[in-house]
Amino acid sequence: MMSKTDADIRFGNPAELHGAKVQIPYLITEKNTFKRMDDEDKQETQSPTMSPLASPPSSPPHYQRVPLSHGYSKLRSSTEQMHPAPYEARQPLVQPEGPSSGAPGAKPPRHQASLIRSFSVEREPHDNNSNYPDEPWRITEEQREYYVNQFRSLQPDPSSFISGSVAKNFFTKSKLSIPELSYIWELSDADCDGALTLPEFCAAFHLIVARKNGYPLPEGLPPTLQPEYLQAAFPKPKRECTLFDSYSESMPANQQPRDLNRMEKLSIKDMADFPVPAQDVTSDDKQEQNKTRLEQNKIRLALKSTADEALPKDMSEDPATSKDSNSLKARPRSRSYSSTSIEEAMKRGEDPPTPPPRPQKTHSRASSLDLNKVFQPSVPATKSGLLPPPPALPPRPCPSQSEQASEAEIHPQLNRAPSQAADSSPTKKDIPYSQPPSKPIRRKLRPENPAPESQEPSSTVGGAASAVTGKPHTAVQKQSSKQKKAIQTAIRKNKEANAVLARLNSELQQQLKEVHQERIALENQLEQLRPVTVL
Amino acid sequence: MAVCVAVIAKENYPLYIRSIPTENELKFHYMVHTSLDVVDEKISAMGKALVDQRELYLGLLYPTEDYKVYGYVTNSKVKFVMVVDSSNTALRDNEIRSMFRKLHNSYTDVMCNPFYNPGDHIQSRAFDSMVTSMMIQVC
Repeated sequence: MMSKTDADIRFGNPAELHGAKVQIPYLITEKNTFKRMDDEDKQETQSPTMSPLASPPSSPPHYQRVPLSHGYSKLRSSTEQMHPAPYEARQPLVQPEGPSSGAPGAKPPRHQASLIRSFSVEREPHDNNSNYPDEPWRITEEQREYYVNQFRSLQPDPSSFISGSVAKNFFTKSKLSIPELSYIWELSDADCDGALTLPEFCAAFHLIVARKNGYPLPEGLPPTLQPEYLQAAFPKPKRECTLFDSYSESMPANQQPRDLNRMEKLSIKDMADFPVPAQDVTSDDKQEQNKTRLEQNKIRLALKSTADEALPKDMSEDPATSKDSNSLKARPRSRSYSSTSIEEAMKRGEDPPTPPPRPQKTHSRASSLDLNKVFQPSVPATKSGLLPPPPALPPRPCPSQSEQASEAEIHPQLNRAPSQAADSSPTKKDIPYSQPPSKPIRRKLRPENPAPESQEPSSTVGGAASAVTGKPHTAVQKQSSKQKKAIQTAIRKNKEANAVLARLNSELQQQLKEVHQERIALENQLEQLRPVTVL
Repeated sequence: MAVCVAVIAKENYPLYIRSIPTENELKFHYMVHTSLDVVDEKISAMGKALVDQRELYLGLLYPTEDYKVYGYVTNSKVKFVMVVDSSNTALRDNEIRSMFRKLHNSYTDVMCNPFYNPGDHIQSRAFDSMVTSMMIQVC
């Protein structure tokens, strides 16, 4: 439920937050902004949302062409009540396949972080093996909620179609090129009727999100995005929402460390809500996008840190109570909005390098270093400095100084680091915090550090962050579990960054040694020659 | 079986043209262009005649020493021109008709895409794959 609510809130939020915070995932932002006009008045109605566990869809599975006149105005109110039921109802319907993009080159399909995992666990009976490779193309529960909400905004009746022109206008907002949108449509509109049913719409939306995150479009519709699969896979979105909440902890952990960094601020809870989407799409390419998003998120976090912190707790406590007071929802909305964007960003940047399986479960708080995440930041480290480190602010007072990235600074630090490199990874993590692991990372971290650092002390999240180094667990526990996860994720990211820096340090150390040796040899030669010359 | 497939818009500019032997591409383009006159002639001959599926298929437009050119026109005056190699075992009329039907179906699928503006060059991958399947058979 929360997810649903969040989803509703999220796209409802843009209207509210738009001015204050930039949506990180601009895709969602854009769509949200579009939707804003339509949804603004509906946002309130949306808040009640549909409880995920709500009644099963009773709408008949047949398709009907609903006049477009439905318009957006009534969408929310009517759809809210309907919940996902309608599309759930459709799911049982057998529909001919669906599209989806798998990008051959592809990247490891969207990372739908823990959500996917949780969801995949649920869905294992449906499709286990084949789905694994389609991780990026698998729609997590969170995403599905979001897509369904968007569908409702366009077409109140979930069992009906979205006409081509309506869908075109909607998807055009995603700012993708027309040929790409045309291709996505071609993939998703399985029956080529010029209209999108809910599964087709979800598939198309998913493809668009993937594409925005940098995933190349697949040659054919991935099996996980085919209509019948989507319908079968999501029989009860609401239920999964609850599961989703339970997995939220694991998910945030899985989500990209970058995202976690932001999440700390935003609200771990939000992350929990969207763990799936974020992780679905991650790719190296997206990292850059994520970076920008992360920056935006950070800004938002700074703005909302206090508000968010309060909210996550509430949210986490009542994941199922979508009916929370509007005030609660309003706040979470802002956060969820950002979190949505974060999740989108996470999706994008989640794991480009690693294949989908995100073992979020492993991450619960454990300081275990997620190697995937380690490599991810290492790769994009140069280009996306801000990804790795944002969360780990507290332990780095000095890094901020040395960050400034001069090689000289780094070298001395690196020299120090080599000694530390030998330390265990966890130790490294702490130590590197003191030293800027890498120039690019540092540079980027800097702006982040001050922001998060400032926020940390003020916000409870900050408390968690500070506790990260020493007692991530304790601090986290204070906050909602989601926050913990976010912090843990941040910790992991930092660890990874540290590991990377440690490696770099060791390499530089070796080079330094070699240079020293050469110098010594040359000096010896000089001395030998000197007497000769003197003579 | 076709060596060249072209989709000509109502205003007689190509929406899609593709041929297999790339070295003779220009020659095929020229053949398609010249065949448009024949198509227009047949269309005007039909005049207000009712258009049914059969009449949509124009049949052999004109044969050359190496190739045969077939035509097909839709209700919206979009023309499909297909050039087949004469050396191939003479393709029966039904086969040509079925090929045109497939082309027409694929074309309607392209039209259904809201992101396709009528009059744009056809860039649908599904359409490309369908045409390739038709042309590959020749090779």
